[in-house]
Amino acid sequence: MYNEVVMDHFKQPRNVGTIEDPDGVGEVGNPLCGDMMTIYLKIKDDKIDDIKFQTFGCGSAIAVSSMLTELAMGKTLKEAKQITNKDVAAALEGLPKNKMHCSNLGADALHMAIQDYEDRKAGVQRSGPARKEDHEHEKESHCYCPYCDVELNEASTFCEACQRSLDEEH
Amino acid sequence: MKLINLDHISAAPLLPEVKESMIDAINSDLHNPSSQHQAGEAAAERLDAAREAVRQLVGAKDTKEIVFVSGGTESVNHAIKGVAMANQGKGNHIVTTNIEHNAVIRSLKRLSGAGFKVTSLPVDETGRVNPEDVAKAITDKTILVSVMHANNETGTLQPIREIGEITREKNVLFHSDAVDSVGVVPVSVEEMGVDLLSFGANRYYGPHGIGGLYVRKGTRIFPLLEGGVQEHNKRGGTENLIGIIGMGKAAELAIRDMDTRAAHLSELKQYLLDNLPKHLDEYLINTNLEHSLPDLLNVSLKYIEGESVMLMLDGDGIAVSTKSACATGSLRASHVLMSLGLSHADAQGTVVLAWGIDNTKEEMDHFLASVSECVHTLRSMSPLYRNHNG
Repeated sequence: MYNEVVMDHFKQPRNVGTIEDPDGVGEVGNPLCGDMMTIYLKIKDDKIDDIKFQTFGCGSAIAVSSMLTELAMGKTLKEAKQITNKDVAAALEGLPKNKMHCSNLGADALHMAIQDYEDRKAGVQRSGPARKEDHEHEKESHCYCPYCDVELNEASTFCEACQRSLDEEH
Repeated sequence: MKLINLDHISAAPLLPEVKESMIDAINSDLHNPSSQHQAGEAAAERLDAAREAVRQLVGAKDTKEIVFVSGGTESVNHAIKGVAMANQGKGNHIVTTNIEHNAVIRSLKRLSGAGFKVTSLPVDETGRVNPEDVAKAITDKTILVSVMHANNETGTLQPIREIGEITREKNVLFHSDAVDSVGVVPVSVEEMGVDLLSFGANRYYGPHGIGGLYVRKGTRIFPLLEGGVQEHNKRGGTENLIGIIGMGKAAELAIRDMDTRAAHLSELKQYLLDNLPKHLDEYLINTNLEHSLPDLLNVSLKYIEGESVMLMLDGDGIAVSTKSACATGSLRASHVLMSLGLSHADAQGTVVLAWGIDNTKEEMDHFLASVSECVHTLRSMSPLYRNHNG
């Protein structure tokens, strides 16, 4: 079901845990969609000096979190902000298609944590971690059936999986 | 390492006698049971013998009431769509419950799109439907009530006999999806008062790809598959005789060994229930322990997600299934667990344990040690566990 890289990060996740007195904390997702990730940062000289994660989620969610921390560790904030969910999936050498838009939230959590760090520096007070409730589903240019979420051919007038007619342009 | 199969609900091993019967059937070069020459008649005899074993397994009066189909899914589709189509003149209303298998849910959804009205009843927090709710839901337009016998996720048994009394009194057809109970617990279509009963063969160590539909004599039902006059004109197509012979052998053995199997399975269930608290904390048992199968438990492990548990146990050579949204591909929490009133977070951490006659207490010990370690690891990385503990 998962490739070896994903299974390796799932079985031996890197940088699990929390950071005492973190400089930034970001959280995405919620148990409703099955995944929730928290990223903790320690920043030194505008670089990620330490990064830890906690994740509630499936195998790919844990592997994504682990790979993200590896990608971000030691990066400048500017570089870290450029890491995308797609980069994480690519570093994992691919994720199952149905996991791409639900479990692949690591970069969002990282960006929230950096935002939290920058907000703190600017004097913004927050009671909990910076949160992003609704993640953008990374559907890019693909079309998906509005009824059963199966990928569609752009020219289809009906969904081959659930056989419902597709009246509108999709 | 030998796989510890605690996922018998997905696949149970074929019994050696079943394998032998099927290999013998293959080697016998059986002809078409519909053919009238001697070779055909010899095949028909094998078919009749299997049908007789299956008749006994479900307690039907007549072998003519047993229709061989390709499995539980076809059986359910046949019962629901066949009854709906044949009884349109009488009405267009069907009553069911919120916890049915997708074969029932999707068949009914298809019918809803074709003008049928469906009333789906809730279950209580123990997972059972109230027969009085069924009685109240029936109108003069109701043509069918469909309530499953044992739930495939929780193993909880429904009050079929009580519902059967109601449908008899109101003169409405009653179908039960008994795919997960037939061959595991005693089933009698006469005592249950059902007109249609769906079942497979793998639950009692027979092959996949074969099953049966019990159709009470006198029931109006159209075939799902039109073709020849096989199966007393209820299912076209030359019979899967090798599968049917395997199913017949499995039925014969299930009848013979039902009590000893049930004793072993119940003992393992009790062993799990007694020992889970020694290895785990903060979990929910979603199975109704008063009314359930002897070989299945549904457990929600709080603060963690089921697919991760499944993967970790798999790494330890233990197969379980999970009903978390991530694992099902639907990205929605199980409708059965939601119907029980579980929170999304708790539903996500659900594993279904389904053991079989081939499992031992030593294997359960291995599972308990492994699941305890895996829950500890996953909770240590879960933000929900952290939040819960302040």
